Amino acid sequence: MDTESFLFKAFIFLVAAVIGVPIAKRLGLGSVLGYLIAGVLIGPFVFGLVGRDVEDIMHFAEFGVVMMLFLVGLELEPKKLWRMRMPILGLGGLQVLFTGFLFTIIAMLFDQTWQAALAIGMVLALSSTAIVLQTLTEKGLMKTDSGRSSFSVLLFQDIAIIPMLALMPLLASAPVEIINDDHGLTQLQGWQQTLAVVGSIVFIILLGRFLIQPIFNLIARTGLKEIFIATSLLLVIGITLVMQWVGLSPALGAFLAGVVLAESEYRHELEVGLGPFKSLLLGLFFITVGASINLDLLMQDTASIISLVLGLIIIKVIVLFLLAKFFKMPLMENLIFSFALAQGGEFAFVLFSFAAQNGVLTEHMISTLTVVVALSMALTPLLMILSEKVLQPLFDRQELSRDYDEIDDGETPVIVAGYGRFGQIVSRLLRSQGFQTTLLEYDAVQIDLVRKFGTKAFYGDVTNLDLLKAAGAENAKMIVLSVDNVDKAIIVTELCRKNFPELKIFARAKGRREAYEIKKAGAHCVIRETLGSALLLGREALVELGYRKYQAQRAAQTFLHYDNMHMEELTELWGDEKQYILAATEKAELLEAVLKSDIQDRAQIQNQSWDTDSRSQINDNIDIKQSPNED
Amino acid sequence: MANRILVNFAHPRFESSVTNRVMVSAIKDIEGITFNDLYEEYPDFLIDIKKEQKLLLEHDVVIFQHPFYWYSVPALLKEWQDVVLESGFAYGEGGFQLKGKYWLNAMTVGGTDDSYSKRGYNGYPFDQFLKPFEQTAVFCGMKFFQPFVVYDAIRISKEATIDAAENYRKLIIDLQNHLNLRTGKIR
Ligand SMILES: Cc1cc2nc3c(=O)[nH]c(=O)nc-3n(C[C@H](O)[C@H](O)[C@H](O)COP(=O)(O)O)c2cc1C
Repeated sequence: MDTESFLFKAFIFLVAAVIGVPIAKRLGLGSVLGYLIAGVLIGPFVFGLVGRDVEDIMHFAEFGVVMMLFLVGLELEPKKLWRMRMPILGLGGLQVLFTGFLFTIIAMLFDQTWQAALAIGMVLALSSTAIVLQTLTEKGLMKTDSGRSSFSVLLFQDIAIIPMLALMPLLASAPVEIINDDHGLTQLQGWQQTLAVVGSIVFIILLGRFLIQPIFNLIARTGLKEIFIATSLLLVIGITLVMQWVGLSPALGAFLAGVVLAESEYRHELEVGLGPFKSLLLGLFFITVGASINLDLLMQDTASIISLVLGLIIIKVIVLFLLAKFFKMPLMENLIFSFALAQGGEFAFVLFSFAAQNGVLTEHMISTLTVVVALSMALTPLLMILSEKVLQPLFDRQELSRDYDEIDDGETPVIVAGYGRFGQIVSRLLRSQGFQTTLLEYDAVQIDLVRKFGTKAFYGDVTNLDLLKAAGAENAKMIVLSVDNVDKAIIVTELCRKNFPELKIFARAKGRREAYEIKKAGAHCVIRETLGSALLLGREALVELGYRKYQAQRAAQTFLHYDNMHMEELTELWGDEKQYILAATEKAELLEAVLKSDIQDRAQIQNQSWDTDSRSQINDNIDIKQSPNED
Repeated sequence: MANRILVNFAHPRFESSVTNRVMVSAIKDIEGITFNDLYEEYPDFLIDIKKEQKLLLEHDVVIFQHPFYWYSVPALLKEWQDVVLESGFAYGEGGFQLKGKYWLNAMTVGGTDDSYSKRGYNGYPFDQFLKPFEQTAVFCGMKFFQPFVVYDAIRISKEATIDAAENYRKLIIDLQNHLNLRTGKIR
């Protein structure tokens, strides 16, 4: 590559990204779709700004996926991963099995040989790690049930690629000479290969455990940031090469390395160092996917390609949905999950080319399927928007009349909305004092959990007026809003103020900002969730630092008192940024001064003696009343 | 066998105390006594009633050591009296469980001995202010000892403070070893 054309290409890609992504985000389509569309536009079929060598770039950019999985691994300690073994093997395994099986059958119905059909089935069973993780992360869904399940499935798929690669040559209809220099191990015997695979995994674990730490220690001591980043890159690239050599998915290897390093103290540095590379490469990858969509083929064969794309998506959604249902995933989560994973994966491109080399699939078949997979990937962000904006609200309604629990608590003075850790404490306190509480919770798992402990919570979305009515909001004295989501808390507050004016609203808020907003929405009492416990900890800290407990208690109480008071005054100014910051700073200073003067005053009290001298000064000035029994 | 001594100590500003600090360090290590630091035990005023009652039952002499605040006890000690000496325990039906035990105030007082007189600025002899304690003890069937008092607690010299603390220590050891519980006399 000569520099001029390299720089020119980089320029084109960057321009496409810089223009495309912000527009897509503005339109609420997410960055992935932005990249994809940008890719289509600069690709050979529209403006032709990048040529047909786009595939080479794509292979290079796939490295972004490897990095992404490394970073994901960094956030998953081995313990957490172990806890996910069920969804990975169960949900992931069954997904690959069923989807693969279905597509194989379908392909056979389309007159493919069983070998070709099996190859197609396997390849189409995979989803796109890059698109799914990026989209879920962007929507903040990675930590939810659906996010975690999606990730489990993707992880299993990455594992499944190993046997798939091994199977491909066996499916070749005519024995072909495989000369494949990329996969050094294909020349090895089966058992040797297994040994190499196990060996390399052990190698990665040992590497992470014993070698990387001291190396990073050394590098960190040099204080050279770029060398640290270089080392991080070296690590991931090295792992990729090893994995490629033994024929494992590099993404999987990188993921493993990430998990091993999840407990290392360099975790955050690694995240910070590699993050931008990952993002840029992924972006590049999405652009190349967009650019490689063969629009010519699409034009020629529009109807059949579109129906193939739709078929692919629909079948995937159905399988995913049923499986998730079988694994008792709540409906709303399921709708996210099954739509998120309903596309072909980037690995399909690799597997297809591999299948072509092996002569398993025809050239035409492969180019058609490549377009189908790429299109399904491009459609994913749109599908998720569809699920989020259309289906979920639809089912949310339906679910209420169908699935929400019947509430048979009779008349209770207090409704507790959100029976998580917070709601539980409030409710237990109230119940210990003899007040009945009706418990509402939106997380089915949580409901099952507390039921094991003999507590009955009802399933339902508290932002729904009918549910509130069913819970007895018309007669209750109070609703304790212990949901951890501000938006929900605000919605419920407004709903209650409008429909049940007598009902007192006691709300939990995450922090100051949330507290202001819920208060503004009309809640009667808003408590910041961390304030109390932070002050308790502060109090204990003061004791450890030598304070008498009573003094520490007073300091914490004083703090609480003034902070609450200021909070109330500042609520008025919330919304006016400038005024607010000014006033808030002033209040913070005031609070500090109050706390200080409390200590000083108390020291002074001791100095003001209770003795004759100070008394006599007063006696000179004031004629003290004589006691009535003075004779 | 040695008499069992309980010291219920109440000082809300112990960190800036002078007299009580010296006194406490003089007695704290006496073997066999129970030193109960109320403000440290109950900084939030949430007194463990059952525990305090059990402590009382396990001892023969209860000493209330405190600075004299507004002619009375610091607030937590008053709270202690109000909740621990409850009906059914200290008095009333099923009560009077403290009968025969001894009550002793050990106080540091800001005013001088002289000031506690009709002519002094404290208006009344010190005895008068003891009436609520005495009557509380008597009401519960307890025997009331004349208090151990350190007057002029803010201004007295270091030596005098140490002397007072020494005397306090001697008193407790006497109560522990030489008090005849039946007669209330120190042999
Ligand atoms: C709130 C308060 C009230 C007090 N009331 C009295 C009182 O009524 N009569 C008196 O003689 N001294 C009074 N004093 C003085 C204390 O008795 C005196 O400061 C204390 O006994 C000194 O002991 P210490 O060094 O251990 O704190 C009072 C002091 C304070 C801080």
